[in-house]
Amino acid sequence: MSSNNIIELKDISKSFFTASKEPGFNGTLKHFFNRKYFEKKVVKNINIEIKKGEIVGFLGANGAGKTTILKILCGLLYPSKGYISISGYRPYERNPRFLNKISLIMGQKQQLIWDLPPIDSFYLNAAIYDVEKSEAKKRIKILSEMLEINKELYLPVRKLSLGQRMKAELLAALIHNPNILFLDEPTLGLDINAQANLRRFLQLYNKETGATILLTSHYMKDITYLCRRVICIHEGLITYDGKLEKLLTRLSPRKELSIICNSKSDIESLQKLGLEIKNINNNEITLLIKKEDIKKTLKDILNKYEVEDLYISEPPVDEIIGRLLINNK
Amino acid sequence: MLNLNAYKIGTLLKTQYSNMMEYRVEIALWAISGVIPFFMLNIWTNNGLNEAINISDIMLSRYFLSAFFVRQFSVVWVVFTFEEDALLGKVSPYLIQPIHPFFRYFAQHIAEQITRFPFALIIAFFFFIFNSTSLWFPSFGIILISLISTFFSFLIQFLIQSIIACFCFWTEKASSFEKLIFIPTLFLSGLLAPVEAFPDFVKSWVYFTPFPYLIDFPARILSGNDVNLLSGISIQIFWILLFLFIFIKVWRKGSKRFTAMGI
Repeated sequence: MSSNNIIELKDISKSFFTASKEPGFNGTLKHFFNRKYFEKKVVKNINIEIKKGEIVGFLGANGAGKTTILKILCGLLYPSKGYISISGYRPYERNPRFLNKISLIMGQKQQLIWDLPPIDSFYLNAAIYDVEKSEAKKRIKILSEMLEINKELYLPVRKLSLGQRMKAELLAALIHNPNILFLDEPTLGLDINAQANLRRFLQLYNKETGATILLTSHYMKDITYLCRRVICIHEGLITYDGKLEKLLTRLSPRKELSIICNSKSDIESLQKLGLEIKNINNNEITLLIKKEDIKKTLKDILNKYEVEDLYISEPPVDEIIGRLLINNK
Repeated sequence: MLNLNAYKIGTLLKTQYSNMMEYRVEIALWAISGVIPFFMLNIWTNNGLNEAINISDIMLSRYFLSAFFVRQFSVVWVVFTFEEDALLGKVSPYLIQPIHPFFRYFAQHIAEQITRFPFALIIAFFFFIFNSTSLWFPSFGIILISLISTFFSFLIQFLIQSIIACFCFWTEKASSFEKLIFIPTLFLSGLLAPVEAFPDFVKSWVYFTPFPYLIDFPARILSGNDVNLLSGISIQIFWILLFLFIFIKVWRKGSKRFTAMGI
């Protein structure tokens, strides 16, 4: 393992054997007497290297294999093939020293004890991870302040809102100061404010502790806010591994130039320039222009037309990544 | 994976006890629902069946009260909770914590037994009110040995069910295997009748199974009936070690197959 890499995967594959069932009574009988299993390769020969302190986002449509990779990384699943090393450990061996370094947080899945206040689960987790009670007390204080859940620590988990519960889950998962975090849809079901708070917290945690964070999310804001590097997965294969910015440039090499003209004739004239038009709305026209041509085009337009207002924008990131997930390019 | 120390055990027990206390009404009802031995006592004494096996009314009352106590502190349900947790995806976070997941379930059972204790005492109190002639005070030594034997009985049952629970790694309905164990446990353990009362043919093989050591053996110790302590305890330890070995093997094999359902 390279000294800089905390995570290394080489030719990792994972297959599951699943039985399929035809509909109806006949299908049920066949399924009972002659069950047919087929092998489904969910992860196919993937190679990943991740450095300490990186925040990496996994992108992919449902069923692409993101969560399976996360499960392999945290040691829940045995890979069918390949080499894996995290901090020098094989995750599937579930060595307690390895388990002390990691944490898995799954949106909507909880490890808190339902009928007890979260504080009881925190102390239980602290004991499981050999964190002294006094130290646990300090960490609970710091983390609960960061997550703004001081008041909710003493209420039964069942009485907490989804957002409060998610924060408490996060606190329970971080009580042992893990230096590798696996987050599977951490903001699932949270309202916009709670999502933003959680993202801010994760960024702060990464900054202050230098923890490596790997996350999957369908909320593009999670990815764009937290991750500089993304790994795109499609049908178990890595289709892109690199900087998010580069991916966006590759997927959308153009900027949007919106111009508000004084007269309709200018709009009509602009239409004839041979530039790609995104839309026209009364006196406003939005053009799609290659990033390298933006200066020249702007100059030409400003010289030729009487422009009332104009603004340049990037196409929305959500839209670009959404397109990626749909087209799987 | 064991990775245990007093701090962990203490906190696990305390937390599970707090959790169990949330269900105190349910636990009182579970304690009451364990009164099968009293019904059996009634059937035995009212029909004079005890005379056929040379056990006096008093000794039989004591036996069934002891069976009631042993049952109270050896009830196991781990297969059902583990199956539910496996299906709902709750096992996943437990698997990646530095403690064997079954210690959580073990602590749950112990906490439940502690919660049951006062209710069992109340039931025993009423039993003696209605059967004052059966009242007896076992010596401290007898209480201690019967406690150890009851704990061993609990361990045997916990390990058997844990092995069955591991079948969840192969099938989603592992609890159906438990049904196979339930019937012999009910009939051969001594819950419905002292094993001594069984036909000779049954007695010729039943002691080679773990069942008589689940209720009959500890209940006989507590009630002051004749038992071979050394051989009984040794056989209990044998079954514990055997089932522990099987459990470890099945767990290792099964957890490799884990597919992390529900997440």
